Amino acid sequence: MRKVSRDRRLRAGLIGVAAGTALLTLAACGGTGSSGAPSGAAGPSDPHAFTFLNITENAQVGTEMKQLAAGACAAENKALPLQVQDVPQASLDQKLLLLAGQNALPSMYAAGNAPATTKTLVKGGDVVNFQTELATLGVLGDVEPSAISSIDSLFGGFYVLPTQLNIEGIFYNKKIFAQDGISVPQTWSQLVADAAALQAKGVQPFSASGQQGWPITRLISGYLYRSLGPDALSAVASGTAKLTDPQYVAAAQAIASLGSKGYFGKGVESIDYNTSVNTFLTGKAAMLYMGSWVLSSVADPSQDTIGASNIGFMPFPDVSGGAGSVSQYPANVGLPYTLNAKTLGPKSAAWLKCIVQNYGSVSLKNYDTFTGFVSNPPVTGLTPLETQVQQIITSTKQSVLWFEALFSTQATTVSQQDAAPLVNGSMSAGAFMSAVQSALTAS
Amino acid sequence: MNEFLGNKRAILTLVGPALLIYTAVMLVPVFWSAGYSLTSGNAITGYHFVGLANFRELVSDPNVSTALWFTVRYAVVLTIGQVVAGYLLALFYVFFLRRASALIRTLLFFPIVLPTVAVALMFQNLFSIAPINGPVNSLLIAVGYHAIDWFGSAGNAFWIIIIMDIWRSMGFYAVLLYAGLINIPESTIEAARIDGATRLRLVRHIVLPLSFPVLLSALIFSINGTLKVFDSILALTNGGPGNATTPLTLYMFNTSFSYDEYGYGATIALLLTIICLVVTLALYRWSRVGGEAAAQ
Repeated sequence: MRKVSRDRRLRAGLIGVAAGTALLTLAACGGTGSSGAPSGAAGPSDPHAFTFLNITENAQVGTEMKQLAAGACAAENKALPLQVQDVPQASLDQKLLLLAGQNALPSMYAAGNAPATTKTLVKGGDVVNFQTELATLGVLGDVEPSAISSIDSLFGGFYVLPTQLNIEGIFYNKKIFAQDGISVPQTWSQLVADAAALQAKGVQPFSASGQQGWPITRLISGYLYRSLGPDALSAVASGTAKLTDPQYVAAAQAIASLGSKGYFGKGVESIDYNTSVNTFLTGKAAMLYMGSWVLSSVADPSQDTIGASNIGFMPFPDVSGGAGSVSQYPANVGLPYTLNAKTLGPKSAAWLKCIVQNYGSVSLKNYDTFTGFVSNPPVTGLTPLETQVQQIITSTKQSVLWFEALFSTQATTVSQQDAAPLVNGSMSAGAFMSAVQSALTAS
Repeated sequence: MNEFLGNKRAILTLVGPALLIYTAVMLVPVFWSAGYSLTSGNAITGYHFVGLANFRELVSDPNVSTALWFTVRYAVVLTIGQVVAGYLLALFYVFFLRRASALIRTLLFFPIVLPTVAVALMFQNLFSIAPINGPVNSLLIAVGYHAIDWFGSAGNAFWIIIIMDIWRSMGFYAVLLYAGLINIPESTIEAARIDGATRLRLVRHIVLPLSFPVLLSALIFSINGTLKVFDSILALTNGGPGNATTPLTLYMFNTSFSYDEYGYGATIALLLTIICLVVTLALYRWSRVGGEAAAQ
């Protein structure tokens, strides 16, 4: 009798453990997981330090922040010391989402690889609305209106800081062009013909990073904007067009053809960003599709052995009969950086004000990088190439976005990881567009 | 002692704390994760109950079938490769090197203690084509062939992953199987030799059946490890070219942490858990049948 009672108790204990586990499981289903608003009615309070999460691949922003901390923002740094942390770009989104889920985002951070990630953070209340915050601080006028407009169209509001203001196009080696009797191409057909001529003379026509993928997908969007007009990809985002439509597949096919002819050199999928830039800046390739942020590398004699005066810049050429125009440059604000709304206390706000007032000049003076901040004081002594790019930035009336700008994170990843197979011939243009469209539809 | 162990309260006292800790750190997360598979959302936007929608997506998702096929191929090929290579090495240690095998065993075991990322970087450079040719391509060019873009095609990339992982793990399996082989009584082997058994017959009829239990352990160990492969592929190919070398684990990781779809990621994790469970149960069942057959 006593044994039976003990058995029952044991069984009851086990059932209790099982029930507890089941309850926890249900709790997992029912949890809201929302980050919640900052506690207290007095507004967010400052953390113990001005923590800054940067990406490993872009040391420049971290270095500039340190320079500001030692110079123009020394007082702010004394009140709230700057602490810089790095994370590889490929791990950035994971880190941000995990930190945001724990209410542990740093004071300032790289806001994600795709606008979709930044928008998710905005929904969670983790991002400062700079439109109101900078107006309160009295420094909204220190940001170029064109930069605010670009940010607004990408993120649905002024949610990131324009630490860069870039246009994209094709950088070319003037010396190689002159030696081989090649003129700057005005149309896509001329560009392809020039590439063939360069290849015939033993010069690699293009340098591109297949490991990153985006330098290749940028060519697809370039072709699409020239052939279908500036609304080509917003039509895909809104669902009125699909990437699998023949005219979209034709754009991918045009870029795949460059790869099948060997114009990107060998082993393009193994080429990382730095190698692709290095290949061009050491004269081993004639052209490089890139954003104006590369000017900082062009200005660095240890990287640029061909010399800034030997580098030209041209827009993505026209596609004959297309609806787009060479005057529509792809523009962006680089990898976005933002501030954590939940830790924006008075000392962090002072940091923000100092960054807005001083970052632009430091960036252009020390790193030859254009930003969306007003240069204060104005920087002089720019090279002809920098002046050309600056003039284009200020004169561009209509800009366009990049291939994945309006895509989900999943579609962005699929697009960039499939770019190398597209140009090395292991994936057809139709299959590439179909895979990206499927990812887009799924998310 | 019998009286003590017959006391259920004593058993509960002894086993209870361990059971509680195991439940807290193993079972609760497993069931918790299973719970997530019924939800959609992420840590920022919150989780919402979606019923079986994730399971329906799992069935229709072409990426899952691609990842599953790669995982199965990888697990089968690598398990065979590393256990066979390990077994051959163990035989080599026991029957050829004998007591002189310590140095060779240590050298061949060494790759398993190297960090996976370091090994992957080494293989990337070994097979690289750009920016410069690696040793393999240089060798091909030296003997009159063209350099091969090893990581540019799915087939080549798959075999490089297999070669790398066999190289890394065969020393470990060799030591594991060596421990089983040296337990075979010398007298049994001597008796077979005196009876005129050739080396092949000796291995086939004496060594193989007597080392069956440890061979089976190695198989179970290997198949479960290979089904859950993650770090070596992430470091070597990152699942590429495209998604051609993406196993379920990597797809699950990307889905959860890159695409912010924790619920669907948990569903993929559940699929992987079920596969591991089924394979392990099948192997245990086979071991019982095989063990009895070996005993007879």
